[in-house]
Amino acid sequence: MKYFHLVWAALFRRKTRTFLTLASILAAFLLFGMLDGIRTTFAQLGQSADGAQRLQTTSRLSIVETLPISLESRIRRVDNIEEVTWANWFGGAYQNPRNQLFTFAVAPNYLDLYPEVDVEPAQLEAWKRTRDGILVGQQMMTRFGWKVGQRIPLQSTIFPNSDGTLNWSFEIVGVLRGKEGRSAGFTDALILMHYDYFEEATPYVDDTVGWYISRVSDVNRSDAAAKAIDALSANSPNETKTMNEQAAMAAQLNQMADIGLIVGSIMGAVFFTLLLLTGNTMAQAVRERTFELAVLKTIGFTSASVLGMVLAESILLVVLGGVLGLGLAAVLSPVVTAASNGVISLPAIGWQSWALGLGLMVVIGLLVGALPAMRAMRLNIVDALAGR
Amino acid sequence: MTTLKKLLRGFGLFLLLAVFLAAWIVLPWQALVGIAVLFALWMAFTRSGRQAASVTRVGVGTLRQRLGASSVVVIGIAGVVGVLVALLAMAEGYRHTVSSSGSDDTAIVLRGGSSAELMSVVSREAITAIERAPEVARDAEGRPLASAELVVSANVVRRDGEDGSVTLRGVGDMAWAVRPDLELVEGRRFETGRRELVVGKGAQRQFVGLDPGKEIRLGSQVWTVVGVFESGDAMESEMWADAEVVASTFNRGSSRASVFARLTDPKAFNAFKATLAADPRLQVEADTTADYFASQSEALTRVLRVIGIVVGSIMAIGAVFGALNTMFATVASRAREIATLRAIGFRGMPVVVAVMLETMLLALLGGLLGGLLAWLVFNGYTASTLAGGVASLSFEFRVSPELLWQGLKWALAIGFVGGLFPALRAATLPVTDALRAM
Repeated sequence: MKYFHLVWAALFRRKTRTFLTLASILAAFLLFGMLDGIRTTFAQLGQSADGAQRLQTTSRLSIVETLPISLESRIRRVDNIEEVTWANWFGGAYQNPRNQLFTFAVAPNYLDLYPEVDVEPAQLEAWKRTRDGILVGQQMMTRFGWKVGQRIPLQSTIFPNSDGTLNWSFEIVGVLRGKEGRSAGFTDALILMHYDYFEEATPYVDDTVGWYISRVSDVNRSDAAAKAIDALSANSPNETKTMNEQAAMAAQLNQMADIGLIVGSIMGAVFFTLLLLTGNTMAQAVRERTFELAVLKTIGFTSASVLGMVLAESILLVVLGGVLGLGLAAVLSPVVTAASNGVISLPAIGWQSWALGLGLMVVIGLLVGALPAMRAMRLNIVDALAGR
Repeated sequence: MTTLKKLLRGFGLFLLLAVFLAAWIVLPWQALVGIAVLFALWMAFTRSGRQAASVTRVGVGTLRQRLGASSVVVIGIAGVVGVLVALLAMAEGYRHTVSSSGSDDTAIVLRGGSSAELMSVVSREAITAIERAPEVARDAEGRPLASAELVVSANVVRRDGEDGSVTLRGVGDMAWAVRPDLELVEGRRFETGRRELVVGKGAQRQFVGLDPGKEIRLGSQVWTVVGVFESGDAMESEMWADAEVVASTFNRGSSRASVFARLTDPKAFNAFKATLAADPRLQVEADTTADYFASQSEALTRVLRVIGIVVGSIMAIGAVFGALNTMFATVASRAREIATLRAIGFRGMPVVVAVMLETMLLALLGGLLGGLLAWLVFNGYTASTLAGGVASLSFEFRVSPELLWQGLKWALAIGFVGGLFPALRAATLPVTDALRAM
């Protein structure tokens, strides 16, 4: 590090060029930050320690088929199962049938199985008391500017109310938040209502539920528990399929689109371009300085330290631009999310993205610096000073 | 004082650039061709135009000496255009597949307030009333060309071994008559009352075991695949079976999800809608299938387009800086040559034009290369997504000529911005300094 000032001075030898290169690198890592955020969010969904403990039981026939409520007490008796809850799809929409919101009608003990979700105790009590009360995810509250205590109209896209229309009205009694330091993930944009109220009000649902969630006490034996649950209704008209929450989520997301492939190919194209741009700049920078490098060697710098200095310069360049870009992505992501009104939701940039990003910066810096640095190391003093 | 002047000049230049780019985006291709023709005429017939042409010739002629640096501009822009075109081709392919599923002379009737077939329920009585509407076309035997259909989603194993869901459509005889474009390419139609399936080509490609003669399990029942159909639209991702059998398997009773009706005339739609609205027994909504499928694809297409343009813009900014860098270096390495030209009487304008043209040429090459790559790799590439949140829909990327043209426009815009500042630098470089340098 004692040559740091030399490296720094060399870096800003041509200010315009350095700033333009920094800007290209910044753009590349801005993109990286935004895309990698999406990739890690998808990779992490359902992967929490809490998620591994939960089994999800749905109809084998299709994800929209329902299951009889009588199954609950039978699942409870399965070995290794601690607690069971259930939920049903409501198909809520706000203001316009296309503006669909994730809305579940759930059993009273639903939140007991989701310890990562935090609801103020008073609000939870109020929810349990209020028949048409709903709990709403934090993100959705902000998106529509709702307040606790407000009544909101929701349209169901599937289920008519007792009066035969699809219009329902609910009172917001509480907010679903992520526990401190943990992401609420999916629940951030979720509405929970009472299953009892829902079942009474709609003529279409009669003692049937959409899916069961159960908690196992021993995670290592959860596969056996899943098999035991499916065995309960084998060869009946309501065969079930049970998997842990993580597997269920992954199967669902795999169908959305090949997120990994698309994100990966974009990043590939970006970094290939970036390598080329920065490599060219570094080559130029070293070519221009041939004379100076020869002088350095003449006054006693070893070939190895010249190599090191050029490499350090290129890594410094990429890291500077990259950190600025990732930082900008961290600032911009929430802005984009807010501005797009929920259409695009860019997650905050986590430490995994920062770690991966910094690693990439160093590797790219090494790659683009390698050729010019070798050139500088092999420089023949006599030829260089003579300008040959 | 000079700083203020510089600042004002910079600001003016920036405004000019913004106006130019806005015009570039808005203008149709005819106007752009017109501009190109005018420009060529200027080059051929005016004195400064001819000067510009000769300076450009020198610049382009010596490009080979700067091959490494120039290829940076070409490849950088090719990367931007390739990614942009690929992402937009995905949006376009999805939109095309979904929206071509409909036409103006067929109508779809759903329960009022239902936004998709999967969420709709239409009762037996309502179906009979809809079929009797006078605007519904009739076949040679006088039967209404209307098909009441049932839509459920079924779990089937995907090619990658995971469970996926497919739309299972329960239909009657009329379904084939209502969709004349649909063609059976293998096997035969299912027989009424039997557990037989006819599958779409897209579904067959995505899921295992959907070949004629094979048996698959849906829930606790075994079904036989008897045929494959092709339609070139969203239906291709579906499986079809006899409506009665589907209804009994999935406990749907006698109700159906939707009614597809062929109208006597595309203009009859409004009358058809009015007939349904006038019937007090019906609480349904009708749409032409063209409108229905267009609205189904709207949201996702928009999101995909926005992603394409945001990613493309950020990459374009990166590429602009790369191009600026390269062109500044080019101008610097040719400083002496340019100064000599100006010393012997060439004006600033031809020099600006020459540098600009050189950059645009590189950008054009990059744009063509990127478009070609996107076309080679992604045209016809099959992807799938969940449609309506529950069943998969497979579609192909479509790299259309319009998209390629759009990619070229982006490339040239990047070239323009990346060349302008170095060009101005070349024209304003003090001649004496430049001659003395090096």
